[in-house]
Amino acid sequence: MDPASGLDAKRDVLLSEGKIAAIENPGQIRAAEAEIFDAKGLVVAPGLIDIHVHLREPGQGYKETIATGTAAAAAGGFTSVCAMPNTVPVNDAPETTRWMQAPERGASARVFPISAATRGSMGEALTDYAALKKAGAVAVTDDGKPILGDDIMLEALRAAAALDLPVIQHAEDTRLTGGCSMNAGVLAFRLGLRGMSVEAESSLVERDLDLLKRVKHGHLHVAHLSTKKALDAVRAARRAGLHVTCEVTPHHFALTEDRIGLYDTNAKMNPPLRAESDRAAMIEGLLDGTLDAIATDHAPHAAHEKEQEFDRAPNGITGLETALGLAISILHVRHKMPLPRVLALLSSRPAQALGLNRGILAPGVPGDVVVFDPAEKWVFQAEGSRSKSKNTPFDGWELQGRVRLTASEGRVVFRS
Amino acid sequence: MDFSVAEVRQILLAADALEREDPLRRAKRLAKRRVALLFYEASTRTRTSFELAAKALGADTTLVSSLSSSIEKGESLKDTGITLQALGAECIILRSPYSGAPYLLAQATGLPVLNAGDGMAEHPSQALLDLRTILQLLGIRASAISEKCLRGITLTICGDVLHSRVARSNALLLPRLGARVILCGPEQLLPKTAERMGPGITIERDFDAALRQSKIVMMLRIQAERLAGLSIDLDDYRRRYQANAGRIAACAPKAPILHPGPIIRGMEITSEVADGPQSAIARQVANGVPIRMALVARALKGGKR
Repeated sequence: MDPASGLDAKRDVLLSEGKIAAIENPGQIRAAEAEIFDAKGLVVAPGLIDIHVHLREPGQGYKETIATGTAAAAAGGFTSVCAMPNTVPVNDAPETTRWMQAPERGASARVFPISAATRGSMGEALTDYAALKKAGAVAVTDDGKPILGDDIMLEALRAAAALDLPVIQHAEDTRLTGGCSMNAGVLAFRLGLRGMSVEAESSLVERDLDLLKRVKHGHLHVAHLSTKKALDAVRAARRAGLHVTCEVTPHHFALTEDRIGLYDTNAKMNPPLRAESDRAAMIEGLLDGTLDAIATDHAPHAAHEKEQEFDRAPNGITGLETALGLAISILHVRHKMPLPRVLALLSSRPAQALGLNRGILAPGVPGDVVVFDPAEKWVFQAEGSRSKSKNTPFDGWELQGRVRLTASEGRVVFRS
Repeated sequence: MDFSVAEVRQILLAADALEREDPLRRAKRLAKRRVALLFYEASTRTRTSFELAAKALGADTTLVSSLSSSIEKGESLKDTGITLQALGAECIILRSPYSGAPYLLAQATGLPVLNAGDGMAEHPSQALLDLRTILQLLGIRASAISEKCLRGITLTICGDVLHSRVARSNALLLPRLGARVILCGPEQLLPKTAERMGPGITIERDFDAALRQSKIVMMLRIQAERLAGLSIDLDDYRRRYQANAGRIAACAPKAPILHPGPIIRGMEITSEVADGPQSAIARQVANGVPIRMALVARALKGGKR
């Protein structure tokens, strides 16, 4: 099943020398030496692509390493991950960008670094985009430290446009969210927690879209949208012809703020879980095509960091091993989205959004393949996760759609 | 405030019984049991009354506060809890600047945890002693506590509701006994969403209008330590929301005035009112010990928080 070409038929696929060597009608491929994987009743699709993960290396190997993070990716069917730059030190230099891709990291999936848009992600001076792109960066962002200054954001959009790089913005006006740890509203009031307003997200998206109008060939990618208001702004801008793409996390279309319950820090992330009307808007945006990608925002944290008071616990949850199951269970089973469209949101469309030459099944492309059972129901157990961290709100969830084999650049990296 | 109405009745009945009991007999109830008070915020009334309550039942108490312990060195709540447990604490009374902290401590230790105030979230023992005060003022016995016992009673809570755990606990508890709660204060300190926190809660921005409808009034201070950048015009605030003699005489001449303390004289309440005949503030404080005796006794019987 290749969503990019529309192919949905029985085929044999041959992987050889790191690439897809052939895709033929059943029985047509002659390869006596080949190891055979019988995918009867299963779906063979392009390896999944997650354009928003935190692999924590360099600097925070106690949370995750590139090896463990990409092992979790492989278990979730992902063969490409885009790694955010909020490492220690911040990935704002070509050496760091290259270090993350070095074979010594022991990655089980292709790592595409996204480098910092400003030095140290301090929002003051641009990094060297040309050098970072040459080192392998596929986009620039300051992620959790959004670029607030109009001038520097405009400068970033212009510099990136000249190199055909997208600028990714975590849309949060942090001047409005000091001390906040969840969505604003009656639940935050009752729990005695300070809430982030919908406007803190939408106002920055609107500001960025205004700036984008002034940049010829500029490309803005909005990370993890969580509010209807910001999504509507993106929808309108795209209709007006702007080059803006956007992503949503599985948790923002699967959960609402109610999941926090009695201060469960595994339901604390940024952007926060929102109200049901916002969650429903995310589903709508996936169904109508406004949202280009499902991206996990995989954000591992050690147990002792999450076992703190809600206000003190760090933001973020893991997500690589639950994304496919959540997408199939919610979008395909519950909302009747055809399976190829679900897969497109996890492969070809995110690849297009960030200009990655991946996410298709065709002879000659890198041998990135996922084989999964779209009907199998299974229970996700955080304890068995390949990630070093277990901070997930989906522990014990029954999901439909289970990965059986993942091959990255022709190499089998996961098998269940 | 996760007590059922029946549990509230039991706690207030137990408070009555323990208050009446011979002090020497009472001191045998929890003789040599170990109770730890873990206070991450300053406190006068709550800390002293919990301590006196535990001691009145014969328990050994130890106070751990943020300025005299390893908390200062960065020890986590979980590790502090485990340490106290290893030292033999059978119950921890926790005051924390962080909302929800008691749930974390209870989960980390498996011990009964009494919430002595958590962030902006809840102050259940205060709401229970406020309830005891209100029932005394209205002449209602604890045995009569039911879903309807406060039917027809309107109470106004005025002031910095946004930052007040006392306001939340009272606004969640009193309507369950049939009372109507009016919240009063400026938008900055009382967002409109507060109304949707639970049933029986309404917002009235005009303090005089709220007072005219109220049988009981509870004043709150502005929590300067939690304002987080909000700036309040204090002169305007006094003019609109201060409980002063003229306003009380005109709009609520018979209503008892409660205040959980600490009071800021001349700010939300004037000395004439705080020290006047309608003030129930000292009675509230006095009710702290019996209520907290009941709570400590209940916690050490293995009942839930």
